[in-house]
Amino acid sequence: MAQAAPSDQHSVGLVTAESADFSGPFPLASGESLPAYTLVYECYGALNADRSNALLICHALSGHHHAAGYYDLEDPKPGWWDTAIGPGKAIDTNRFFVVALNNLGGCHGSTGPTSTNPATGRPYGPDFPTVTVPDWVNAQAALADRLGIERWAAVVGGSLGGMQALQWALSYPDRVGATVAIASTPRLSAQNIAFNEIARQAITADPDFREGRYLEAGVVPTAGLRLARMLGHVTYQSDDGLREKFGRAVRTGDLDILQDVQFQVESYLQYQGKSFSRRFDANTYLLMTRALDYFDPARAFGDDLVATFAAMKAKLLFISFTTDWRFPSARSREMALAALRAGREVSYVDVDAAQGHDAFLLPVPRYLEVLGTYLRGLELRP
Amino acid sequence: MTLRPDLKLIAAMVPEGARVLDLGCGDGALLAWLAEHRGVRGYGIEIDEDQITRCIARGVSVLERDIDEGLSDFPTDGFDVVVMAETLQAVRKPGTVLEHMLRIAPRSIVTFPNFGHWRCRLELASAGRMPIARHLPHAWHDTPNIHLCTFADFEALCAERSLTIYDRKVVNANYQSTWAMNHWPNLFGTIAVYGLSRPGA
Repeated sequence: MAQAAPSDQHSVGLVTAESADFSGPFPLASGESLPAYTLVYECYGALNADRSNALLICHALSGHHHAAGYYDLEDPKPGWWDTAIGPGKAIDTNRFFVVALNNLGGCHGSTGPTSTNPATGRPYGPDFPTVTVPDWVNAQAALADRLGIERWAAVVGGSLGGMQALQWALSYPDRVGATVAIASTPRLSAQNIAFNEIARQAITADPDFREGRYLEAGVVPTAGLRLARMLGHVTYQSDDGLREKFGRAVRTGDLDILQDVQFQVESYLQYQGKSFSRRFDANTYLLMTRALDYFDPARAFGDDLVATFAAMKAKLLFISFTTDWRFPSARSREMALAALRAGREVSYVDVDAAQGHDAFLLPVPRYLEVLGTYLRGLELRP
Repeated sequence: MTLRPDLKLIAAMVPEGARVLDLGCGDGALLAWLAEHRGVRGYGIEIDEDQITRCIARGVSVLERDIDEGLSDFPTDGFDVVVMAETLQAVRKPGTVLEHMLRIAPRSIVTFPNFGHWRCRLELASAGRMPIARHLPHAWHDTPNIHLCTFADFEALCAERSLTIYDRKVVNANYQSTWAMNHWPNLFGTIAVYGLSRPGA
């Protein structure tokens, strides 16, 4: 499917999205269930004969199934994790059969708030049930079954994606060889939840939100989404990173007469907010941030993280970034030590990078080298 | 895979199937060897980026962290043996590290270079300069070795903290033992491998 573009031998080339329909009911952690659902996904590389080389990519808050490659030759931007996925790259598609999907509740093709509710014939909107990280993993397991994948050689994700990778090892211990959780955390801090709540308030306070039924009203709460994204974006960057990128540079106006001044960083954030508000669904944003807030696998183990890791079988790799203040190094270090105490095979690397939380999406050389080295060393067994 | 001579001396002191924590594990050679030949489940602690990548490449579990940031979050009796090869002289608080090692496991194996070797003494006494030798290759101002000591110093520290020395092997820079260093270890030995156990053990 993936035909490499002649210009870049390390690109997966042209890719197409596929979709899989599942008949329900699909039970959710909330007690509700979905009558039926669709998952969109992409695959890169080839599944080997004994089906031992499958690797699942889990996306973060604003991610989706288009993780690598291009849709057509005019496509200006590759998939969101193209820096890491491709022939000869850290997630090497010459070795692995890579699967990336859009999670349940997403807004890029999988069933979510913008899909039609079969019960009403109208968009789900705010009626889309609450979904959790364990729900996502259950849906991903259904997709794995559909693709004939009994066991993933590795489940890999950054941030919220790392939480899914951990949940896989917990929900399906026999179906995961290795878990790679990058810039992740075993639970959100009060500060993390606070930022998420401000973002949600920004969206719900937008008059165009219409209690979540904006699609039926033919409007979009773009102002709220813009604010939510701008706020989120600041938390993904480090102080140093923003200073390096923008400093106090002025884009327009005159600081001497204090008129119409716009700093570079302002215009950057506005651009980020604007482009995000055009491509992302507000209800999905609310749902995804809630899934983040609720994630706390140790809760079922009496808040004992060691017992949580003891229930897994997978080997683990944690990677953090020194300037990440959203999910700081201390969280990955805490998980690595708990995994060690639980007797898991575990490695932990704290990468010196200036880009903050966002570093997991960027071409940071040491990070990609560690990830590639680790995945190359994985034994493939059915 | 052949093991570096000093690591061979350590490996000989690690029991079959032990749970091992290696502080300053370098490229993970010892842990990889122990896993393969002794059925040991081990973890390394390392701070050097390239060494960490080498550990990962050979499938050794390694956690990136600075020993000087403390070991208090490692569980008491979480391991059977804690190893620290050629690292003690580079940590900020060797005494505290030793105590933590013997809290984390009932046995510790420690190696370090001897500053009391006759060549060091001679250089300091005659030239009045900090010695540079095969086992101490760094200039005083550019060395990770901030706490160099002699075997006698180390044994005095162990006595002060009531740590039991249950084994000691003294070797030269070629990791061989001679008659002279068996009789006058602090004068003729360049590297020592100590086996330590808890007070009263």
